[in-house]
Amino acid sequence: MSPPLELDYIGLSPPAATAAATGSADDLKGTELRLGLPGSESPDRRVPVAAAATTTLDLLPAKGAKRGFSDEVQPPSPSAAAGKGKKVADEEEEDEKKVAATPQPAAKAQVVGWPPIRSYRKNTMATNQLKSTKEDAEAKPDQGFLYVKVSMDGAPYLRKIDLKTYKNYKDLSTALEKMFSGFSTGKDGLSENRKDGEYVLTYEDKDGDWMLVGDVPWQMFAESCRRLRIMKGSDAIGLGKPVTWS
Amino acid sequence: MTYFPEEVVEHIFSFLPSHSDRNTVSLVCKVWFPKLRVLTVKGKPHFADFNLVPPDWGGYAAPWIEAAARGCVGLEELRMKRMVVSDEGLELLARSFPRFKALVLISCEGFSTEGLADIASHCKFLRELDLQENDVEDRGPRWLSCFPDSCTSLVSLNFACIKGEVDSASLERLVAKSPNLRSLRLNRAVSVDTLSKILMHTPNLEDLGTGNLTDEFQTESYLRLTNALEKCKMLKSLSGFWDASPVCVPFIYPLCHQLTGLNLSYTPTLDYSDLTRMISRCVKLQRLWVLDCISDKGLQVVASSCKDLQELRVFPSDFYVAGYSAVTEEGLVAISSGCPKLSSLLYFCHQMTNDALITIAKNCPNFIRFRLCILEPRKPDAMTNQPLDEGFGAIVRECKGLRRLSISGLLTDKVFMYIGKYAKHLEMLSIAFAGDSDDGMMHVLNGCKNLRKLEIRDSPFGDGALLGNVAKYETMRSLWMSSCNVTLKGCEILASKMPMLNVEIMNELDGSSEMEENPGDFSKVEKLYVYRTTAGARGDAPNFVKIL
Repeated sequence: MSPPLELDYIGLSPPAATAAATGSADDLKGTELRLGLPGSESPDRRVPVAAAATTTLDLLPAKGAKRGFSDEVQPPSPSAAAGKGKKVADEEEEDEKKVAATPQPAAKAQVVGWPPIRSYRKNTMATNQLKSTKEDAEAKPDQGFLYVKVSMDGAPYLRKIDLKTYKNYKDLSTALEKMFSGFSTGKDGLSENRKDGEYVLTYEDKDGDWMLVGDVPWQMFAESCRRLRIMKGSDAIGLGKPVTWS
Repeated sequence: MTYFPEEVVEHIFSFLPSHSDRNTVSLVCKVWFPKLRVLTVKGKPHFADFNLVPPDWGGYAAPWIEAAARGCVGLEELRMKRMVVSDEGLELLARSFPRFKALVLISCEGFSTEGLADIASHCKFLRELDLQENDVEDRGPRWLSCFPDSCTSLVSLNFACIKGEVDSASLERLVAKSPNLRSLRLNRAVSVDTLSKILMHTPNLEDLGTGNLTDEFQTESYLRLTNALEKCKMLKSLSGFWDASPVCVPFIYPLCHQLTGLNLSYTPTLDYSDLTRMISRCVKLQRLWVLDCISDKGLQVVASSCKDLQELRVFPSDFYVAGYSAVTEEGLVAISSGCPKLSSLLYFCHQMTNDALITIAKNCPNFIRFRLCILEPRKPDAMTNQPLDEGFGAIVRECKGLRRLSISGLLTDKVFMYIGKYAKHLEMLSIAFAGDSDDGMMHVLNGCKNLRKLEIRDSPFGDGALLGNVAKYETMRSLWMSSCNVTLKGCEILASKMPMLNVEIMNELDGSSEMEENPGDFSKVEKLYVYRTTAGARGDAPNFVKIL
């Protein structure tokens, strides 16, 4: 099991870092050669051991610090992923490592507090990257899964589904029906008879707006959907005429 | 003891022309304390910004707020930097000073949005709430709704560092009832549409920090934004640009010609061409903060467009030591030749040459602040492989008004000889991975008459230098040395010779027990912080700090 994937917040050089993180001795040697200027001490003598097997030391909090940044960046749990999605993800990770590792210089070393950038700036720039991936969805570009939360009004807990496992709205609606069949869903569940049925399917898009599911082509929907909400029909009055899902 | 009557003292003070001198004398007498209106307190050492000071070191705001609450209820302004502020402290502040007008917190931590709610609720005459780069715990957007309807006095509101959501309706209401608003910096959660609505109420705005400018918005939204921005005829300074997409750039164009300040340094989503499209139109620009993705080419565009440029900061987008930066000495040379008024510089790059620095020094003799950070420690001149002593030497020789200097790259004792010889007005010097021997530090201590702050890391200066001019430290605000060659013995000698100094040592590995178990006086001290005191050792030092 590989160590937690450090999400490179700038997106420029994750693979070299993670390659080094797995403890590859060759990469570390490369580091020493690169920084070993004549007469100078290797700057990474200050690298704190406590930060362990990663090279993104400046992201990890100093001992005892509150800001558990690395805690926020949890890779999606492999065991929960749809089998196919996970495999693709792994392969793509490997490819990224290989492709990017070649042109990169040897693994980048870390010196505590160097370069002298304020923690605030480092953390903010890091969240830049995180923000641009969807907040309620867990995904990386090019990875094979896109998890979004699904809530249903009145249900005691939420579910999560991987949008990439569906090809169209029909598949999605069937899956949701099955998932939430334990709860009262009205006469037709999530079928097209929204006027009569008790529930309406809505989603939150990238702008944070709540939209009716079904208006845009499936692919566009899948790319902008951040979370799903199965709304009570009575709340959904005014959302527009129901349309058939293609 | 004879006293001068107050009128006489005030008359004497009226001959002091400079603020800093008046501030200094005001520190002399406790009697003047109750009349205090403005208090500025700075806590942790500068290198705390870079995680070199362990957490819980100190810098607590509470004792200051408590003392002020007891002794000077006329307090109107409190400015704090690098301090640990709690919600309880903010609540006490909010309730204790009926005339309180301005709170400025820079690089502070320890408080949450609930503390801000108290400030908003109770400070009836609040004019300024300025939160710069603090680490604030998000406990919800309630705080913004806490400004009472009667509070119409806001002139400056900066909450860019608040991480969480903000209630748009509350924000709009607050802005609508604040006709004096001159400076408004929003956080990332504020949408383009909300921004447009707000700007309809702020015709006098001079400084704006936008919310997010992501590209999910319709063109309509951006058109509304442009219209709203055009109404702000006084707008001179722009920042924010959170998650800004290149799509937003043309919508800012109408403003560009009037801008004197532009901060794009948190926007890695704009590349060289986006940046230059915008900046080439900013012909009045005086202050520019950007990321290094602007590249040398982009800096040439800046140099040819922004003739009034006085301050430039180029931050790295890649924080690794041996990382890639798209800017080199060439960009800086171009800037120096196009912008002779340049006086303040912070420049992160991956290489530099002596020739470039010598050219820059000749082109820009007006530098007051010159901070150069070559990303790789001890990197020599990229063309000649020599140390950069001559280059920095030229800077200190030509820039006679230099007050602040940060040096980097491969440097020998020679650069310190130049600094000691020429940098007569230097007040703050930051050194990292530089020098060969104690002589280097001695040149600085002996030569820089106006030195106030000296901070050194990873440089081979030891007890000889530390003890070479101990009287000097009483003329300085502080000395920081980490990962150098000073020993416990040397620090003890310093402490015993200079009782008016606090000599703090920190060994990070597990605190004080480590120190006692290694009785060797010649064990190296990991971190040393020396500063003047009239009150003796502080009582709030944690375990890992030993005050000799």
